[in-house]
Amino acid sequence: MTETKSRRASWLALLLILLFWAAVILLDQIIKPTDKLYMLLTVLQKGSVYALAAVSMNLLNGYTGLFSLGHAGFMLVGAYTYAIFTIPSTARDTVYQYYNAAIRVSFPEIFSGALGGFGTVLGVALAVILAGLMAAILAYLIGLPVLRLKSDYLAIATLGFAEIVRAVFQWSKLGPITNGSNLLKSFARTSTFKLSIGEMSISLSTFVPVLIATLSITVIVLIVNSTYGRAFKAIRDDEVAAEAMGINLARHKMLSFVTSSFFAGVAGATMAMVLSIAQANNFKSAMTYEILLMVVLGGIGSISGSVMGSMLFVAASEWWLRGLDSGRFLGINAPGVFRNGFRLVVFSVVIMIVVLFFRKGIMGERELPDLFRKRKKPAVKEATE
Amino acid sequence: MSLARTVLPYVISGISVGGQYALIAIGYTMVYGILRLINFAHGDVFMVAGLMMVYLVASVPLVLAIPLMIALTVLLGFAIERVAYKPLRTAPRMSVMISAIGVSYLLQNLALYITGGLNKNYPAIPWISDRITVFGMETTRVTVITPFLTIFLVAVLVWLINHTKIGMAMRAVSVDFETSQLMGIKINSVISATFIIGTFLAAVGSVLYFTNYPGVVPTSGAMPGLKAFVAAVFGGIGSIPGAVIGAFIIGICESIIKGLDTILIVNGAITEQIGLATFSDAFTFVLLIVILVFKPTGLFGEKTTDKV
Repeated sequence: MTETKSRRASWLALLLILLFWAAVILLDQIIKPTDKLYMLLTVLQKGSVYALAAVSMNLLNGYTGLFSLGHAGFMLVGAYTYAIFTIPSTARDTVYQYYNAAIRVSFPEIFSGALGGFGTVLGVALAVILAGLMAAILAYLIGLPVLRLKSDYLAIATLGFAEIVRAVFQWSKLGPITNGSNLLKSFARTSTFKLSIGEMSISLSTFVPVLIATLSITVIVLIVNSTYGRAFKAIRDDEVAAEAMGINLARHKMLSFVTSSFFAGVAGATMAMVLSIAQANNFKSAMTYEILLMVVLGGIGSISGSVMGSMLFVAASEWWLRGLDSGRFLGINAPGVFRNGFRLVVFSVVIMIVVLFFRKGIMGERELPDLFRKRKKPAVKEATE
Repeated sequence: MSLARTVLPYVISGISVGGQYALIAIGYTMVYGILRLINFAHGDVFMVAGLMMVYLVASVPLVLAIPLMIALTVLLGFAIERVAYKPLRTAPRMSVMISAIGVSYLLQNLALYITGGLNKNYPAIPWISDRITVFGMETTRVTVITPFLTIFLVAVLVWLINHTKIGMAMRAVSVDFETSQLMGIKINSVISATFIIGTFLAAVGSVLYFTNYPGVVPTSGAMPGLKAFVAAVFGGIGSIPGAVIGAFIIGICESIIKGLDTILIVNGAITEQIGLATFSDAFTFVLLIVILVFKPTGLFGEKTTDKV
């Protein structure tokens, strides 16, 4: 009985995801850059990057109870790995204008030579996966000493690691690989992704980040619902009790840390793809804080909450609250008050209110399907009594 | 001999920076000692103190501006504790830390809005920003004053903690939060006092720190804040002398790394610039991780074990 029910639920989820994908592709074709609704596409693109970053942070902070603040560092590694391996050979020397580029491999070029259009897709996909792997390897190395630390010491040590990573990537001696403190550009970015069928060309600039985010988040959901996920939650709730139940603490903490960092790397690669530049200076601890606040907004320990939180965060800061910065908001005209930066002030006040008075965020620890299930509960209770 | 002569200027400026970090670090270490909270907003309070000075000097004479700035900063620190941390007294530690990050975000955004993101030039304070010559090298007077002022303030603070009633209450609360409450200590006033002392020292530190820098921007508090926290961890969190020594060590190391290229070139170890100055910030965190891995309680910290 329950098995058929859960199977039906998975089919439903799959159907919903497919419908969502179709809607995204459709919107991408309909909305022109001049339209007012164009912001919706921007929000979807950036929102899916942040949603993935927030969900991967939630896996660590919310599900395993490891309070880590090193996310920006792993995203940086992902963004740089992706950028370095997709810059076309013709643009390589212009990008590395002050250095002699050491890595001259471009995945999309190699594969498109042999496989045509499909090869480009494969090359980009490989670069994204490599981005995640590099972040995961770094996480493993960092995790060896750091994961022994407790709560706030772990937070500050991972924060420190992110800062070290940022400094290393900006070091002039590594210029031939990382381009020093200059930005990386001209690599494969979402606005160039198109699907050509005959004469028709379908823009995929919004679909690609959405696709990467949904696939990755699905994997995270599967992990959370597996035995590993239950072990993570046990560690979060009580470390000593979890150890007594036979859960290998070191192994599971490392697994959670590495998985979370892998997806942070993928999020970083997607971010580079969307923004079409990668620069170490953008990945400051402020970025980690923002992602953390998205997780809090959505509810620590809820994946659908993190997705909603980050979508709301991006939509509010990029779109709905724009008027606060440009003099006009909800029909009120006050250029003296509504000037540059006011949006962020209002926004941070809202976040403080959530942190202080709605500590559970939007979802608490519930997931989206729980909302529909809840109404039945009292009836069941009565029946058993 | 030439090694000493090339290193000395960096050591002297390092001692000065260290003194400034020490004044911030005390705020971290005292709050952590009592609330077990990394007050992420402390560095931003420090930045706000710098900004307040900029705006106050524009409207009132300097003699009034400094005490007014210190008073307002203390008020801000007090208000932050009351609004953002007090309601979460019984909440899990992670919630309070998130609240601190939220306050930091708010202060930075507020500063961004008020300044318009522009660099605000810090006012030149007569006498302390004069240029003087020490050991044959030119520097500002504040560089020389900072370590002495820091040590004086720390001595006063240590006396306060060891010989006054409120100091005794602070020590009691930091040992055991609940028991001290049962003994009739008003923990809320003790915590407020901690925040007031911490922000007072940060405000004094901001005058010394920003005098040596071109200006104040909304993010200028973040890095000194983090470094001061590392200093507190390095010295053993909760220990005031530890935080001060940690801050001086970090200040000196950072300053030497900033000039390491030049020092190595002068002494013939390397022939060209290799950009080691990039790591002046990162080094602090390397130090932090090394100390956390090998001696998690810091130089002077007490060992604690988690009870089941």
